[in-house]
Amino acid sequence: MKKKRVAGVFFSLMLTAGLMAGCGGNQQGGSSSGGNGGGGGGGDVIKIGANLELSGGVASYGQSIAEGLDLALEEINKEGINGKKLELVKVDNKSEAAEATNGAIKLISQDKVVAIIGSATSTNTLAQVQVANDNKVPLITPTGTNPTITNKDGKVNEFVFRTCFIDPFQGTVAAKFALNELKVKNAAVLIDSSSDYSKGLAASFKDAFTQGGGKIVAEEAYVAKDTDFRATLTRIKSANPEFIFLPGYYEEVGLIVKQARELGLNVPIMGGDGWDSPKLVEIAGKDALNNTYITNHYSSGDPDPKIQEFVKAFKAKYNKAPDAFNALGYDTAYFLADAIKRAGSADPVKIKDALAKTKDLQLVSGTLTLNENHDPVKSAAILEYKDGQQQFKTKVNP
Amino acid sequence: MELIQQLVNGISLGSIYALIALGYTMVYGIVRLINFAHGDVFMVGSFVGFYAVTMLGVGFFPALLLAMASCAVLGMIIERIAYKPLRHAARIAVLITAIGVSLLIEYVTIYLRGAQPEAYPSTLLPDRNLELFGVVISSQSLFILGTSLVLMILLQFIVHRTKIGKAMRAVSHDAEAARLMGINVDNTISATFAIGSALAGAAGVIFGIYYTKIEPLMGILPGLKAFVAAVLGGIGIIPGAMVGGLLLGVIESLVSGLGYSLWRDGVAFVILILILIFRPAGLFGKNVREKV
Repeated sequence: MKKKRVAGVFFSLMLTAGLMAGCGGNQQGGSSSGGNGGGGGGGDVIKIGANLELSGGVASYGQSIAEGLDLALEEINKEGINGKKLELVKVDNKSEAAEATNGAIKLISQDKVVAIIGSATSTNTLAQVQVANDNKVPLITPTGTNPTITNKDGKVNEFVFRTCFIDPFQGTVAAKFALNELKVKNAAVLIDSSSDYSKGLAASFKDAFTQGGGKIVAEEAYVAKDTDFRATLTRIKSANPEFIFLPGYYEEVGLIVKQARELGLNVPIMGGDGWDSPKLVEIAGKDALNNTYITNHYSSGDPDPKIQEFVKAFKAKYNKAPDAFNALGYDTAYFLADAIKRAGSADPVKIKDALAKTKDLQLVSGTLTLNENHDPVKSAAILEYKDGQQQFKTKVNP
Repeated sequence: MELIQQLVNGISLGSIYALIALGYTMVYGIVRLINFAHGDVFMVGSFVGFYAVTMLGVGFFPALLLAMASCAVLGMIIERIAYKPLRHAARIAVLITAIGVSLLIEYVTIYLRGAQPEAYPSTLLPDRNLELFGVVISSQSLFILGTSLVLMILLQFIVHRTKIGKAMRAVSHDAEAARLMGINVDNTISATFAIGSALAGAAGVIFGIYYTKIEPLMGILPGLKAFVAAVLGGIGIIPGAMVGGLLLGVIESLVSGLGYSLWRDGVAFVILILILIFRPAGLFGKNVREKV
């Protein structure tokens, strides 16, 4: 009996000692990797993580960002940063939030990256915010537009940044465009209730639209992966809206636009950057997409020389015109490279400080200056679909 | 007018459920097996049709036949490999195997071609909208309803008027006694799976045409809904599956039409629970007491 107790105490002491040793070891590992200026294994490479939607429901976004990143890293590595090359470690989050969290933990603890790029959607980025803050590793989302990613309840997430503008801006721009350019008086809103992105855009659209004197006549919702929207659309049709705001992702949006046109709902439909995918045109069909508009980060049809140079380089590598996700992936690599260069070291905390001070950085998607919330202040492009092609309509400044 | 439009929407949604439920209920009726892989055979059929059209460049009917034939073969392979060795095992073992087979088909498809969606070519069937007093009916939904009805009648004919149908009914009644009477039970069950899976394949192609977007996990929800439809009509009863499917589609459309679109799937499964509690044999089923 006594022997057992002694053994118990002994084992628990051993366990505690082991735990403490483990913690100490980790801490030491962390500081030493920071000290020698290369979490990414030291030497001549700086490891960067990319946690992207390479498969799953919104795989087209993740793959587009990866293409942009690859092109940018190729260009950056020609000269290198302070004599070092950047190396990209990609993980696939399968378009799921839980996988995104796992991916971030893996990148930080196993691959020892100095920063993480990703994910494409707001929901999957939000799933990584806690991990990035706790481990003090910068996280930059190229396209996550939900405001709470960088700023939650008035408190800035110190280690989280983004390259794109935020949802309220997109929703507000859409509302202004509907009121001033399309001259509509009432609108219906159809949202994806399983997406933070969709809800965020819809909320700011409703605010700006009603403040501008418009009226919301119908509000309906669907859930991602639905395929039949005819019943909901019939309900919207009976409210006689002049305009439909549809902030969602391309898979469902494609089906909704197609089914709306079949039911004779021929009013203009508008959405955000979530529409931007070649799959949208395949699913909805060219004719159904006429008279639809989106707000986007950039347009390959913009005559700006910086944009045209990028379009040329992208076409040379991938043999297609770059979409906004390609451009933002490309820009994110430059955004991070610029910060690493200015930080003068690959210490994640120093990179974070340099990122926060980014000012007047010339990128493909506009001139980037970060505000105090780590959100870029830059312009939005409005595009119109004509026979399945995006046409540059106008540029709106904040 | 809105109500009539919602009924039309519901019937076209329901015809798809009915089409999948026909194969489901048939396999259950003969082998007493809830084949959860049925929805995934439906998905495979959809992809076979898609690749037949885009890569081989064939028209609608050859694509449909190709999808039905490949699904029939797939169904027989599944039965031989996964279900036959378990024929005398407990029901629960077979059910779990069915779920395993379902996941296997889904993820093998993802492994082979990735998880990204495909869009069916829109030129496969003429798509015209008929407008009657403000109600829009698409020619495709009429076509789907027609196909479901024809297949149901064909199925009834096979089961009640042909030799293989007679064998199926005998096996369904008592497999051991049927074997003693000289019926080849294994072949009969294979034929059942072949016919049921071919129906799923046809439903897959038609789903692709009507809803455009197909992807490797598309079979899960329609598969479950078809199961609800089959139980609603009385599992194992062919006209029951048809009525159950249509009824489920109409109920879902009406729920969405009342503004509760987020409750739609929930209502479908509440119906399943209510049916199982109050009328386990389904609308068309008779409560037969098990003979001792």
